[in-house]
Amino acid sequence: MSPPVRARLRLARPGFVLDVDLEIPGLGVTGLFGPSGAGKTTILRAMAGVERVDEARLKVAEETWDDTPAGLHLPPHRRRVGYVFQEPSLFPHLDARRNIAYGHRRTPDAERRISVEEAVEWLGVGPLLDRRPDALSGGERQRIAIARALVTSPRLLLLDEPISALDRESRAAIVPYLERLPGHLSIPIVYVSHSLRDIARLADHLVWLVDGRVRASGECGEIVARIGRAGGIPEDPVAVLEATVSRHEETDHLTVLDGPWGPILVRRLDREPGSRLRLQILASDVSLGARREEDTSILNQFPMRVESVGEPGPGEVLVELREPAGDGPPLLARVSARSARELALERGAPIVARVKAVAVLE
Amino acid sequence: MSLSLTAADRAAIVVSLELAAVTTLILLVLGTPLAWWLARTRSRWRTPVEALTALPLVLPPTVLGFYLLVILGPRGPVGGFWEGIGGDRIVFSFPGLVIGSVLYSLPFVVQPLQNAFTSVGRRPLEVAATLRASPLDRFFSVAVPLARPGFLTATGLAFAHTLGEFGVVLMVGGNIPGRTQVVSIAIYDHVEALEYGAAHTLAAAMLVFSFLVLLAMYALNRSFEAPRL
Repeated sequence: MSPPVRARLRLARPGFVLDVDLEIPGLGVTGLFGPSGAGKTTILRAMAGVERVDEARLKVAEETWDDTPAGLHLPPHRRRVGYVFQEPSLFPHLDARRNIAYGHRRTPDAERRISVEEAVEWLGVGPLLDRRPDALSGGERQRIAIARALVTSPRLLLLDEPISALDRESRAAIVPYLERLPGHLSIPIVYVSHSLRDIARLADHLVWLVDGRVRASGECGEIVARIGRAGGIPEDPVAVLEATVSRHEETDHLTVLDGPWGPILVRRLDREPGSRLRLQILASDVSLGARREEDTSILNQFPMRVESVGEPGPGEVLVELREPAGDGPPLLARVSARSARELALERGAPIVARVKAVAVLE
Repeated sequence: MSLSLTAADRAAIVVSLELAAVTTLILLVLGTPLAWWLARTRSRWRTPVEALTALPLVLPPTVLGFYLLVILGPRGPVGGFWEGIGGDRIVFSFPGLVIGSVLYSLPFVVQPLQNAFTSVGRRPLEVAATLRASPLDRFFSVAVPLARPGFLTATGLAFAHTLGEFGVVLMVGGNIPGRTQVVSIAIYDHVEALEYGAAHTLAAAMLVFSFLVLLAMYALNRSFEAPRL
């Protein structure tokens, strides 16, 4: 595991100020979430060295890449960084194989940790190697671009909305590769997105950016809940949690998961007991009741307590729930204001959360 | 109409072709960095340099030729200095023709290259930088291949335009058969001497040859057309 990446970046331009001090864990995926114009891409570009900011201090794996006060700025080609741009930027004059080889050839032998064969296998691009970029779909090009970045054996991998320019089908095809990526790598990965659902799939750690500043950062589930509570994003608030496959109930075609608030029942999954999963629960799929209901079609009910009651919209409230003991990730419920009143929802009140749907992410 | 060429005509063709080849080569070497700079710089000098580069497009060749004669002549600042340190006379010599042609055809190389470099954009070069390519490396491995149509156009135009020049060559080169007499001037001489047949042969050859150069250039460019980034 590498030491954390420290990035202190400052930039002032007419109409835009960036001022962030980030600590990115040395392993796993750190999401940078925020609306357009929050400074996400500027941060990545500054970290890659392709854009100069007014003041930068950046340390990656014990190596200083930027230290403006000391007059140090390592040019991008001297940084061991992998950068995947939003639009798949393959070199149009080279076929897929030569695109991947481009950075590998320029990486000294002693620094090579990832071979072309490995990257090709991880991204599943073997059958595409002889094609020219114009004969590849958007998703295929992006997978080639990721492989191309990996074979330079970077110490830091930056992914700038790598799937946001793709259509729905290409996205669905590329996400499994992205989800498996951290398992192959022992370096920090920074994933930028303005889509909370995309980022909640992949990130372990989340930085929430607003207007060029860090609004909050921390464990993904916590920050996702906080973003949901704050409202103002087009997507439905969501809770993110981890669970382990416990057993399968073959007769009912169900799988039982060990979740943070007790067992969770989902439709039969083709996964071994013991495997880790990431789950998403939309706030609009959670309803609340005073007690556990027995005669219901809802499979998952959790005894919780109310952590806070907010206001996402007219006539509606967003309720943050925690398990009574207080640990574990938050669950969000979107209920009508009237129900909230009738259930007497207030901080600390016990309540049963009924979960209509659980989305399994990986 | 006689299709046979005199020895002087053949010599003029050789001089023309040599001049066009040397000029094109020099222009590619000098014009490429200039075009690259113009395409990428944010310097305030960019606009004046662009205007200066485009001057030969609008000036009468005689103006350019006249000033070159003044500067490069034995009593001019450059010519005087050159001959003072033991150099051969520049004007009325092949090197003088080359200097004049390089200046005269400069925009025909710089403008297509500048456009090609501009349309390559910054993104492919940034990608190359994050893939550990040094600035010079990314220029040759990314910018030049992506600007290939621009290089083709620049080469074709420089060559054809140098073949077709008249005024500058006449002013700077004189009209010395076998040394500085080019085809365009040989045609003029034939017409002056009322040798319409000989003028016809050279003129027709020039017409066909120039057309073929341009045809090859456009055809090659068409075949290279590839989707951009």
